[in-house]
Amino acid sequence: MSLMEQIYKTVILERSRHPRHHGALPDPATQHEGVNPSCGDELRLSLLTGEDGTITDARFQGHGCAISQASADLMIDAILGKTHAQARDLAHNFKSMIRGEAHDTDQLGELRALSGVQQLHARVKCATLPWTTLEAALAGQEEPISDER
Amino acid sequence: MTPLDVQRARRDFPILDRTVHDHALVYLDHAASSQRPTAVLDAMDDYYRQHHANVHRGAHQLSAEATDLYEQARQVVARFLGAPSARSLVFVRNATEGINLLARAWGDANLREGDEILVTVAEHHANLVPWQQVAQRTGARIQAVPLDANHRLDLDAFRERLSPRTRVLAVGHMSNVLGVVHPIADMARMAREVGALTFVDGAQAAPHMPVDVQALGIDAYTVSAHKMLGPTGIGAVWVREDLLEAMPPFLGGGEMIHTVEIERSTYADIPMRFEAGTPAIAEAVGFAAALSYLESMGLDAIWDHDRALARYALARFDELEGVRTFGPRGDDRGGIVPFVIDGVHPHDVASALDAEGIAVRAGHHCAQPLMRALAVPSTVRASSYLTTTEAEIDALIDGIVQARDFFAMPT
Repeated sequence: MSLMEQIYKTVILERSRHPRHHGALPDPATQHEGVNPSCGDELRLSLLTGEDGTITDARFQGHGCAISQASADLMIDAILGKTHAQARDLAHNFKSMIRGEAHDTDQLGELRALSGVQQLHARVKCATLPWTTLEAALAGQEEPISDER
Repeated sequence: MTPLDVQRARRDFPILDRTVHDHALVYLDHAASSQRPTAVLDAMDDYYRQHHANVHRGAHQLSAEATDLYEQARQVVARFLGAPSARSLVFVRNATEGINLLARAWGDANLREGDEILVTVAEHHANLVPWQQVAQRTGARIQAVPLDANHRLDLDAFRERLSPRTRVLAVGHMSNVLGVVHPIADMARMAREVGALTFVDGAQAAPHMPVDVQALGIDAYTVSAHKMLGPTGIGAVWVREDLLEAMPPFLGGGEMIHTVEIERSTYADIPMRFEAGTPAIAEAVGFAAALSYLESMGLDAIWDHDRALARYALARFDELEGVRTFGPRGDDRGGIVPFVIDGVHPHDVASALDAEGIAVRAGHHCAQPLMRALAVPSTVRASSYLTTTEAEIDALIDGIVQARDFFAMPT
């Protein structure tokens, strides 16, 4: 398998072309922006939290590379029905995997498809952009986040 | 004129032997930073092994040697730019810092409410942000010259925007995205006619062509060593001598003073007035070695090579379906090719090329207003230099075809 095939698994190409959770949610959903200014990736995340504190719906908009789009779409699959605390935990775990650190593989499920990104250091920020936007959303941050790290 | 000896040049750059992801490196990101020939590495290594001490105020042999090397480097840079004297050639950290020096030390003292600073939409952020900052401090306004349909500067629009309120034209010599060289001498003449100064950002141009600040008829010129085979951490700003004489200091500290009391100081003569603290001495030595190396290869030959590669590359790009390039065609176009593959994000293209050992850049290239003017969020950018071969351009084209086809594959 070529390096590109290792990184851009079928599910990544598919989700970036035909995302399942693209769009926006009206109020009372919260809106949060994330930017990767060094490459032009922009993300707008809408989150709807139910009375029981679980994430009942989420959408994303914006233009970005295949990795950031697929990461956002797979992220939303993973956080629907989760509490904020569970979503935060998942975000931390995902970022550990992407950075090549110790992580809980089972918890990540389909998100493991993004593990190949570890091999292209320059693309880690693309994969983590939706997740850092999520973390800011869960922390109630108003300012758009900028994922320059 | 002897044509450029590209193969000889390639042997002088050790990094070109690198492999990346099991492929031979094809380095096409010279516009972001160029590589170092052994002459530069040896000069800096020799400086640290044999001559290092602090400069200007030492009382011993090594400090005299270090000072001589540093001041000789100043002479080399001044001569390279065609400056009449090294007395107004200031070493700075990079072109960005040089422009900040002009915006603060000249701008703060000379700009008032209602004055106009004329820039272009093609500027690198280094030649925009410092002017925005001084405009905010002084109440001056910024006007921007747009591009024409061929991605050159719209000179009619330029003429329209020149007025008695224009105090300075701040313009890049060559666009780091489009590769186009602007008609600086003509623009400076027109600016002078309305009483405006011309400050030129030469970071991208000076590596690729002969520069003569007197022939251009301009008032300041900034360069970055690392774009022209020198080390990072040093650049230079040449300023017309009488202008620099009149400017108050930029950064304060040691070296730039004459006498110091607790509450006030008097300042040194130029150029030292603008070089606070211990300078990047080894880097200055490396910078001078880089310029000597460029002169030995021939700047005219380098510029011819640059333009020939641009013509070759653009012709190959024209053969491709689903790929768009930007920038004009002509003798004013150097070896930078910005492009987009339809339906594929530039970052994904860059990774596909990286996987083949090909180094390019993706993003806005520190030129967000230019991206807006081109109506794209970002592009890929391939940039050549004196070591680039047609074979490397061919590898780039093959890589682009592979990337295009990979991302077009049905899933």
